[in-house]
Amino acid sequence: MTQCHFFIDGKDIPFHPGQTIMDAAMTAGIYIPHLCHNPDYEPTGSCRLCLVKLNGRYVSACTRPAQAGGKVENQSEEINQQRKTLLQMLFVEGNHQCPGCEKSGRCQLQAVAYYVGMLSPYFTHFYPNRQLDASHPEMMLDFNRCILCGLCVRASHDGDKKDIFAISGRGIKSHLVINSPSGKLGDSHFNAHDLAASVCPVGVFLPKHKGYEVPIGQRLYDRQPISQVGDVAGQNKPAGRS
Amino acid sequence: MISNLETAENPEKLKRVVIEPLTRVEGHGKVTLLLDENNQIRQARLHIVEFRGFEKFIQGRPYWELPVLVQRLCGICPVSHHLAAAKATDMLVGVKQITPTAEKIRRLMHFGQTLQSHALHFFHLSSPDLLFGYDDEVRHRNIIGVIEDYPELAKKGVLLRKYGQEVIRLTAGKRVHGTGAIPGGVNKSLNTDDRNYLQKDIKQIIEWGEDAVELIKTIYHEHPDYHRDFASIQSNSMSLVNARGEHELYQGGLRARDAQGGDIFDHVDGVRYEDYLCEAVKPWSYMKFPFIQSLGQEQGWYRVGPLARINNCESLSTERAEQQRLEFMPLENGQPVHATLATHWARMIELLHCAEAIEQLLHDEDILGHDLLLKGDMQARGIGVIEAPRGTLFHHYEIDGDGVVQKANLIVSTTQNNQAINESIRQVANNYLSGHELTEPMLNQIEVAIRAYDPCLSCATHALGKMPLEIELLDADGNSLSRIRKQASGEICLGR
Repeated sequence: MTQCHFFIDGKDIPFHPGQTIMDAAMTAGIYIPHLCHNPDYEPTGSCRLCLVKLNGRYVSACTRPAQAGGKVENQSEEINQQRKTLLQMLFVEGNHQCPGCEKSGRCQLQAVAYYVGMLSPYFTHFYPNRQLDASHPEMMLDFNRCILCGLCVRASHDGDKKDIFAISGRGIKSHLVINSPSGKLGDSHFNAHDLAASVCPVGVFLPKHKGYEVPIGQRLYDRQPISQVGDVAGQNKPAGRS
Repeated sequence: MISNLETAENPEKLKRVVIEPLTRVEGHGKVTLLLDENNQIRQARLHIVEFRGFEKFIQGRPYWELPVLVQRLCGICPVSHHLAAAKATDMLVGVKQITPTAEKIRRLMHFGQTLQSHALHFFHLSSPDLLFGYDDEVRHRNIIGVIEDYPELAKKGVLLRKYGQEVIRLTAGKRVHGTGAIPGGVNKSLNTDDRNYLQKDIKQIIEWGEDAVELIKTIYHEHPDYHRDFASIQSNSMSLVNARGEHELYQGGLRARDAQGGDIFDHVDGVRYEDYLCEAVKPWSYMKFPFIQSLGQEQGWYRVGPLARINNCESLSTERAEQQRLEFMPLENGQPVHATLATHWARMIELLHCAEAIEQLLHDEDILGHDLLLKGDMQARGIGVIEAPRGTLFHHYEIDGDGVVQKANLIVSTTQNNQAINESIRQVANNYLSGHELTEPMLNQIEVAIRAYDPCLSCATHALGKMPLEIELLDADGNSLSRIRKQASGEICLGR
């Protein structure tokens, strides 16, 4: 297969035709911040966090095919400031209470925020009123933390072939829904070992009766930044599943 | 009791003096005094001006989050809430007895926390009054003044606290708001490096603990009448004791004794606290007023904390602290000590006890074990009781079949001391202030009385929905536009 080259922040990156900027960067070990991207599923470019500049124009790295000779700007102050603003908005749209969250220290949203230097909230919190779904015997859903990345929707559709999750509503009223007669997870065909349960970059999917079992200091992002450790999904992938 | 100073007959005709904010206490509070034309005190009340609401907003959360969420009540003694909630969740997950490693790690964490909290209170908050006197110049009567005049003493205070915080860090993961205790056990034990690190300084910490007891003993005996009489009140006392009646901070039965030391109840399982204790609500306070059911609201209020624990126990399990207790108890010829300022002395005996107990645990191989967690059959109701630095602490949770919290009741130490603190400030107001032109040093005496209890006002105002609330809308000039008031009965009143 023909191998081409492009540049990220001046570094020569090889790629195969058809690969996206994100795919090629991941293969080359270059970190481009992202939340809604998982290489196992079709990219949607919805979180906009992976925006980079290709030859001076903003594009989302997860959906834009790499271009031979293209010059990509990834780690610039201007772009990281844009990413920081996007994260500041994500944090206030939901209820992200890191200090008490079970996923603290192994949450991709928190880790990316640290990575781009977001250390405190900036915008006024929306404090949306969202409920838990604790109806399933093994898994609880905490919608407070949902960032509408759609990864569970894609994993359930493409990986599990169950179509249990969907995003309903429009604009600010968009929300995650469950495909079951009552709208509750407990009435669906969901299984705690489904791929959909392993891809969430935040803390929506919480295995029941387990909490804080990994001590502080041993959690995924306690010692190293996300740029070196990688995504939560990579750690959560069920054994034997590709 | 000096309860006749709780509510004046014609408050609108009286002069009002407010001490706000109370200084050198945890949290925000104020004291109001109402005086007649002859400067006689007619009313004295401790008010808590902050509002939390933990009991309400943890409803709807999963039970396994409780030990981590609820500890956020407090930044000084979060370990107490962390462990009380963990004990309650042990019960929810059906674990009656956690593993030896888990229990000893939790005890170590708790001793570390009590050590640091007592050091903070004595050296940082109270020593300025004790060393310089309540009437010392305001700008000097603080920890900076202590650092200037007694640098070695101040350094010991800082390093004692630091040591306690290090014990917490190594057992809970962080110095403040860690995650060590989880339902059914703990998520980590110590490794040999951790143990060696803590062992390195423990002998020095014990020496300094002993020095602290000697210091407060000397201060007490310099003015014995003042220390015996100031803010002194006759009260019932409640604390945990172990099966042998020894002083106990982590796990034991409830013991309540009357002012003369007679048993009211003993070795009561904390799970049955509702059969023995009640809480009253008063329209003028966000803080509830617990009392012993069998004695009724008027006679049943009680004191918790270091003085109650030392009064109630038969002995302490560590040698040097027990020796100090034996020197303390003859203050009232073997009868319970009711001198409120003796609480400082009792607190330092406990600090020494914690240091010695930490040393014992550091020699116990179980703290290096790997058997950390047990699971059992889920229960709908969990109650955890522990002795926090400031006194007995109850956490009570009820969950539904999905593991979601439906009900929570927290009775914290400062709440249980509410009536006792009010009685002490009324005693001071009546005996030292009434009839005089009030000055700052005189008003500080009220604060000296409050500080002896080491109240944590943040912890004490955790409830929602049971106390009166008033919200007032003001325009830009401060004029009242509207007002809504929720009575203690639940009735809502609208008005301007």
